[in-house]
Amino acid sequence: MMTYFKEIATGLWSLLAGMAVTIRYFVKPVVTVQYPRQKIEMSPRYRGYPQFIIDPDTKTHRCIACEMCSRMCPSQLIAVEGAKFPGEKQKRGTKYIHEHYYCSLCGLCVEVCPTTALEFSKEYRLVGLSRQDAVIDHLILLQERQKAAGLPVTPIPTAEEIVAAAAAEAKEKEAKAKAAAAAAAAAKKAAPAEETAKAPEAPAKEVKE
Amino acid sequence: MELLAQYLGTEVGRMLIGLVGVIALVSVNALFLIWVERKVSAHMQVRLGPMEVGPHGAIQSVADALKLMGKELITPEEVDKPIFWLAPIVVFLPVLLSFLVIPFSQSLIIKDMNVGIILILGFSTLAVLAILMAGWSSNNKYSVLGAIRSVAQNVAYEIPLLITVMSIILMVGSFKLSDIVAAQSGYWYILVQPLAFLLFITCATAETNRAPFDLPEAESELVAGFHTEYSGMRFAVFFLAEYTNMFIAAAVGTVLFLGGWHGPILPGVVWFLLKVYALIFLMMWFRWTFPRVRFDQLITFAWKILIPLAFANLLITALVMKLR
Repeated sequence: MMTYFKEIATGLWSLLAGMAVTIRYFVKPVVTVQYPRQKIEMSPRYRGYPQFIIDPDTKTHRCIACEMCSRMCPSQLIAVEGAKFPGEKQKRGTKYIHEHYYCSLCGLCVEVCPTTALEFSKEYRLVGLSRQDAVIDHLILLQERQKAAGLPVTPIPTAEEIVAAAAAEAKEKEAKAKAAAAAAAAAKKAAPAEETAKAPEAPAKEVKE
Repeated sequence: MELLAQYLGTEVGRMLIGLVGVIALVSVNALFLIWVERKVSAHMQVRLGPMEVGPHGAIQSVADALKLMGKELITPEEVDKPIFWLAPIVVFLPVLLSFLVIPFSQSLIIKDMNVGIILILGFSTLAVLAILMAGWSSNNKYSVLGAIRSVAQNVAYEIPLLITVMSIILMVGSFKLSDIVAAQSGYWYILVQPLAFLLFITCATAETNRAPFDLPEAESELVAGFHTEYSGMRFAVFFLAEYTNMFIAAAVGTVLFLGGWHGPILPGVVWFLLKVYALIFLMMWFRWTFPRVRFDQLITFAWKILIPLAFANLLITALVMKLR
């Protein structure tokens, strides 16, 4: 008889304990994310598609168009072009196309970059109706991000500008080669010991022009 | 207009208005409860539930109802056609009748019969007949299993339910629902009859075929039980009846134990509905907490625990009433 009532009491208690659990969950905040309307913060190690880092000093990208990423890429889906513009010390990326549809997010491009110009984005909501939608032009993407962040937008060099820059560079190179040749010729002609000191000065002047 | 005015004062007019009101209440209540059920279940599982149609998915069930209305009424070839056709009507009829005697407030009651509680208990049993008809006529093993379970379950829980209600009737001395509520103006009967309340809410859960006693439906073992073969609006009527039965069970619980329309400040109807929906929430809470009992467990529970406890409660009540 006692076990009968004990069973009822323990049974009732277990039911109440169960109800306490569910009501606790009932008042807890929900974990569901309303997918298209809400965005979640991705963890710092999340690998989205690679993108340019916006340099905190220059407010633009750091790509020098060395093409290391494009060579390193196992799927060969990065196309980089660059040009040296007059008055600049280094080459600068003028085109950076990333065909994301083949990308395995291995991250070799990010690791290999000598100027750490690339990082993984935190974007996870990718959708497209054609393969072309998965082709990312990093310079355009950079412009969009700069606009969103309220920074000055880095202009994308036009074809004419690139041609002009290439011509300027070619001219420069030619001048440099000429100067070098002249210097070499001069060095050959002149007395070898004294003239060598002068030789590097001449091309340096030409470069400055 | 004159004809209407002529009838308005009479019993017929009152019935007519009552019927329209009840049908409106039944449909709105069912749509609301389906939404509430989905929301409650979702939040108990740390989800959101319906969010798309209307603010927080509030009119999701309206959209579902429209979809069900547009669906084809499929009648399988081997079914017992007249009974198959009749079952949804039989399940809905007692639901409407029970609303006749429910006292929403002191004056808002269609017909205050002196056998009110017996009428509700009697007609709510008709739902089992409808389930048996639906299950049997479907000519489907799952349906008939669900129907058999429903009948056996009915025998098991109706007895403790009636005995429990009897102990309240003993205290009041009347079957009239308004008398029962009026007797609770001082204190609610849940305070003096807590065991009876527990027994009643258990039996009411079983009567409305809800988890953990949803054996006739048992979607995980019997597909959908008695309404496996039903589609479209016929299925919707079963659904409507289930949620309206919940409302009626909660309303009876409110009348018997929670003091009906009694409450401070707010008008009686508001208090009544508040209490009813609180009880319904309790039943939903049961559903999303407890696993379904096995068939033999249900029968054992009903015969070995509910019925002896109900009898003990009745005896003690009778003793106290006699000695006082």
